Amino acid sequence: MSSLLVEGLVKGYGKRPVLEGVDLEVPAGSLTAVLGLSGCGKTTLLRVIAGFERAQRGRVALGERTLDDGHSYLPPEQRGIGYVPQEGALFPHMTVEANVGFGLSRRERRGGTVAELLEMVGIAGLAGRLPHQLSGGEQQRVALARALARRPDALLLDEPFSSLDATLRNHVREEVHALLRAQGVTTVLVTHDQEEALSLADVVAVLRDGSIVQQGAPAELYESPADERLASFLGAVNVIPADFAPGAAVTPLGTLALRAERAPPAHAAGAVVVRPEQLEVRPREGGDQPGLHGRVEQCRYYGHDALLEIRPETPGATELLLARVLGQHALPAGTEVTVAARGPVTALA
Amino acid sequence: MSTLTPSQPLSRRFARTRSGWRRWPLASAAGAALAVALVLLPLVFVIVQAQQSGWGEVRRLLFRHEVAVLLWNTVRLGLACTVACAVLGVGAAWCVERTAIPMRRLWAVLLVLPLGIPDFVVGFGWVSIDHSLHGYWAAVLVMTLSLYPLVYLPAATALANVDAGLEEAARSLGLGRWRTFWRVTMRQIRLAVLGGCLLVTLALLAEYGAFEITQYRTFTVEIFTEFQLGFDAVAACVLSLVLVALCVAALLGELLLGGAPRGWRSGTGVARPVSRVPLGRLTVPVLAALTALCAAALGVPLYALVYWMARGSSTTLPSASILGALAHTAEFSAAAAVLATALAIPLTTLSIRHRNRLTLLIERVAYLPMALPGLVVALGLVSFSVRYALSLYQSALELIVAYAILFLPLAVVAVRAAMVQAPARLEEVGRSLGRGPLSAWMRITLPLIAPGLRAAFALVFISSATELTATLLLHPTGVNTLATQFWAYTSDFSYGAAAPYAAVMVAISAVPVYLLSRRMTPRAGARRA
Repeated sequence: MSSLLVEGLVKGYGKRPVLEGVDLEVPAGSLTAVLGLSGCGKTTLLRVIAGFERAQRGRVALGERTLDDGHSYLPPEQRGIGYVPQEGALFPHMTVEANVGFGLSRRERRGGTVAELLEMVGIAGLAGRLPHQLSGGEQQRVALARALARRPDALLLDEPFSSLDATLRNHVREEVHALLRAQGVTTVLVTHDQEEALSLADVVAVLRDGSIVQQGAPAELYESPADERLASFLGAVNVIPADFAPGAAVTPLGTLALRAERAPPAHAAGAVVVRPEQLEVRPREGGDQPGLHGRVEQCRYYGHDALLEIRPETPGATELLLARVLGQHALPAGTEVTVAARGPVTALA
Repeated sequence: MSTLTPSQPLSRRFARTRSGWRRWPLASAAGAALAVALVLLPLVFVIVQAQQSGWGEVRRLLFRHEVAVLLWNTVRLGLACTVACAVLGVGAAWCVERTAIPMRRLWAVLLVLPLGIPDFVVGFGWVSIDHSLHGYWAAVLVMTLSLYPLVYLPAATALANVDAGLEEAARSLGLGRWRTFWRVTMRQIRLAVLGGCLLVTLALLAEYGAFEITQYRTFTVEIFTEFQLGFDAVAACVLSLVLVALCVAALLGELLLGGAPRGWRSGTGVARPVSRVPLGRLTVPVLAALTALCAAALGVPLYALVYWMARGSSTTLPSASILGALAHTAEFSAAAAVLATALAIPLTTLSIRHRNRLTLLIERVAYLPMALPGLVVALGLVSFSVRYALSLYQSALELIVAYAILFLPLAVVAVRAAMVQAPARLEEVGRSLGRGPLSAWMRITLPLIAPGLRAAFALVFISSATELTATLLLHPTGVNTLATQFWAYTSDFSYGAAAPYAAVMVAISAVPVYLLSRRMTPRAGARRA
């Protein structure tokens, strides 16, 4: 088990720069998700780590070994890094057994290693099948078993679940997660699905415009995003204007505690990030209740929860507020409500 | 956990250092360079030879009354044959694919089979039966019967894949059946038909044997005569330049008429069966017409072969020498097929896996021999070897290289189709599983492209085995192939002795053509089942 380190990685194709100084640290045995929109360079990053492309500048290291420093470079077959490409990329002319055994020596292939691996990923009965006879989920498992066969020091997964349909995806995702946990292999997972990144990974790194904008634990990223773009990329968000006081933000939703981890803003006024689930919405029952007054304009009901779009009645507040409530607390459009927020919140830089 | 160091601003120019050439695998680049050099070599040396005595001499040789006559002969033949092939090809394809004709599958095979008979054998068939056949109309007849399948095949495929929805929409908008055909159906199959017509024109420009037999003088015939009988290499090369110019003009003509690849495809909806027009009272006339076409294109040459073989067996049937000629043909053709297929691998690897402007240009160059008549390739190689490598002149190697150059486009087409099925990604996964580059290629890419390699080998082998013009110029002295021996006997009017050689050539090429037509029809049929 080794940690994987990427420092100042630069890579482009022709005149088009793709990665412009990527820094990424993957702790040994962790699962790190690299999250980014399609075309942001996620796959290129994986390809450089795997050794299919060379770095132009920067350094890639696995444990004590330098894999690529922009001058010398270790070919992929000597890196000990497993790679699971999109849609599995199984060798179409080989059976499941031959695919999984591809990287093994003849002795290992005979010794029942392949059967163990197939057992491990839960497809022991499919050894003799050809890839086109497998479902998408099965193909993914074979690809995983194949990559794990050589006991790699690190494992790279390139959008491994994106080709699966929604119901299957959750299932396979959980299984793979449990498997990787059990193996304790240092893993980099590349994805454009923020839900997948947040729910699976120990560490999430967000790649944007060729560099990592923020890296941290899922909750840290979700609660304290570096900027507004990142905040909305990770989930629905309310950006609320605020006046800053020491340790607190004064907003139309009341005075909210500021998160201590983030340095307080130097300026006196700005905005804070308030996630929809931080809003408490109550129907107004006459009287003068505390909190912001508003009216539900639309209710999107998802079953387990509901997203309310609320038009504040306060003069001057024009933006709609998004509030997430439990499904059983959904309110029909037109309901008069009061809205309060639960802190702490994070100030936007 | 954030261990972010601020990313430094980086110069964008830096990205350039490792692009282009350096990302190409060395082996592919070297192979592709060899292929390009081989393809360009004959053309370059035809030009070198042509201007050997100065441009004044070139001008004198070009601006002659004789050249004008040749030009007129070639152009009027080209126009008549191409139009005739287009009409026959599209008409036959429409009858087979879009009407409720009886015995559809049989016709689909019969109409393609003439492709398996070398043009000069078709000419031999007609002329050996009727000696009065010669001149313009004989040449038009023979070449049309030989070449119409080049239009029929793509037209039939296109008609089978026509979007029925468009035709129905046209009918619902008030167009009659005939106007629907012209305004909707024809537009959908136009590119396929134009492509076929281009192949017909190029084949006409390159043909020598059939015109020699029908005694019709085109550029190719004249060039051959100048070189082989007049020993005038300069005149031959100068005229070759005109021939190449005509080929280029044909290519450009096709582009102008809209043959340039254009993304014109309707939605990917479910393929719906096209309706079949009932023939009704026309059944008998249509059947008669198709029967006549097959009889003329297939029946007459085959009858002539059988007739002369039956006659010949009573006099002289040199079976020993036929085996010898067959062995030489097989040897040269197989070597050429291996060479062309091997060259196609790096070419397609570069153009598919390392796609950029330069590799696309390289792939185009590999298609250039389609527009180079065999005679021009042969002249160029002779001109090269006489100057720089006399030991190569009329050696087996030179003939093999000539075949490989000539039929390289066929190999590239076949290998390309397979290479698309073997993405580089798979090889990369193999590398990450601990295999070196060569081992990963051998175990992953090679098995995946094997069907394409086999197809490429077969196509080049067959084309080489039935090639006449370049073979006549380049075959090693004293070594006869099927084509040269056939030609020697035909020139002596020893039809009985010539026929068995032609029969063997027809047998070699008919099998794959039969398979080709079979592979086309079940698919078209299954769609309607």
